[in-house]
Amino acid sequence: MRIWGQPVPLHRGTCHQRGGTVNDEAGAARFRAEVLVHLDAAANLARWLLRNPAEAEDVVQDAVLRAFSYYQSFRGVNARAWLLQIVRNAAYAAMNRTQGIYMVELQEDMANSDGDGRGITLVDPSGDPESLLMQQEARRQIDGLLEALPVELRECIVLRELEELSYRDIAEITAVPVGTVMSRLWRARRLLSEAARAKEAAR
Amino acid sequence: MSMHDDCDKVLLLQAEFDGELDAAQSIALTRHRESCACCRDAWRRLQETRQALREQGSYHKASSALTRRLNQALAERDRFEGPGAGRSPWQVLAGWWRPAMGFAGGAAAAAIALLLLFRPLPATDIADLVVASHLRSLQPGHLLDVASNDQHNVKPWFDGKVDFAPPVKNLADQGFPLVGGRLDYLSDRNVAALVYRSGAHLINVLIWPAPTPQAEPPRQLERGGFNILRWQEGGMAIWVVSDLNAAELQKFVTIWRSHD
Repeated sequence: MRIWGQPVPLHRGTCHQRGGTVNDEAGAARFRAEVLVHLDAAANLARWLLRNPAEAEDVVQDAVLRAFSYYQSFRGVNARAWLLQIVRNAAYAAMNRTQGIYMVELQEDMANSDGDGRGITLVDPSGDPESLLMQQEARRQIDGLLEALPVELRECIVLRELEELSYRDIAEITAVPVGTVMSRLWRARRLLSEAARAKEAAR
Repeated sequence: MSMHDDCDKVLLLQAEFDGELDAAQSIALTRHRESCACCRDAWRRLQETRQALREQGSYHKASSALTRRLNQALAERDRFEGPGAGRSPWQVLAGWWRPAMGFAGGAAAAAIALLLLFRPLPATDIADLVVASHLRSLQPGHLLDVASNDQHNVKPWFDGKVDFAPPVKNLADQGFPLVGGRLDYLSDRNVAALVYRSGAHLINVLIWPAPTPQAEPPRQLERGGFNILRWQEGGMAIWVVSDLNAAELQKFVTIWRSHD
């Protein structure tokens, strides 16, 4: 029943225990309203951690179902952070499981980074082709820089800039002190900024 | 000046940028920023980076296929008829083809195929939980909470421990002596477990209130080498599990059901 070996450390909030359980329909409805609404955030985090759409989707699916099983013991107030914590644990477990395989995949990804089929880029079809191309190029560059960051920096910056979470939430999700979050964020931002400037200079 | 030449206030600056400072700290820092070229530059970089990430970086939303699958799995879970919770959403998903495979090419697809091979199997439906309970009961010290071959001892023992009255019968005369009972926990609720013996084999009878009022005849299952019979009667869901062979277990159930 334990999919990733270790139980998820649950938030220790001060909230009252929820009445009922997920076993009734009200519980499932509450789970949808409180947790499942953060599915996009879960998908985004998993995808940025794993850098592989198929694997990320598997991880999110398992993590959400797992969250559902644990929902009645969830006492925190921040369901999004709680779900993201579960997703992160699942993603790390998946990364550990597949380390060897994963390396190969990454190299291949790098080799044809010009024409990879990563994700689906949603663009405004009415835009003119040239600016469209530039937008895509910019996106590809930023994504590439972000993907190249060490995972512990990557998760911090994704949680802060894309999910707009507070330091405290990030600390809880990534299981490190707030001070570590701050220095990781700083390092991530510095690396991104320098890499972006280096690319511009090289052009 | 670059972000390399970090002023010692740089983490504070970043905290201000991220809206983590209180008003007093924030005012003090703004004053410092005006006089510190390093911090002004760093602030600009922070803005550039944020803008690039938020405006140009990819935000990977959940695919509609994943959303649909999860909603379906949760709906399935709602409908479930087991003790307390229900059939596992994993089970619902188990048979699903992963559409993600479609756009992962070459080595990636092979890697994912390998991944899928080594994925832990979904193992949370009731039958599996029942077998797990049986296996747990075979661990030293886990079989019984109340050891008695007298149903008049075993039955009252459950009072106050479960919110229902499990039917307790001693079938010693028919070759299946009652050994005792214990409280078990299955899929989010307490269940009553009765333990019987048949020669060297143990039989666990797990009982909880049925989700639906109507009676259901016994149905046979097999999980991991254990035989299971399940049915509903008298408002109870009853699951019998043992390593006893199927015919013997069937006999036990027949006797158990006909016995008052």
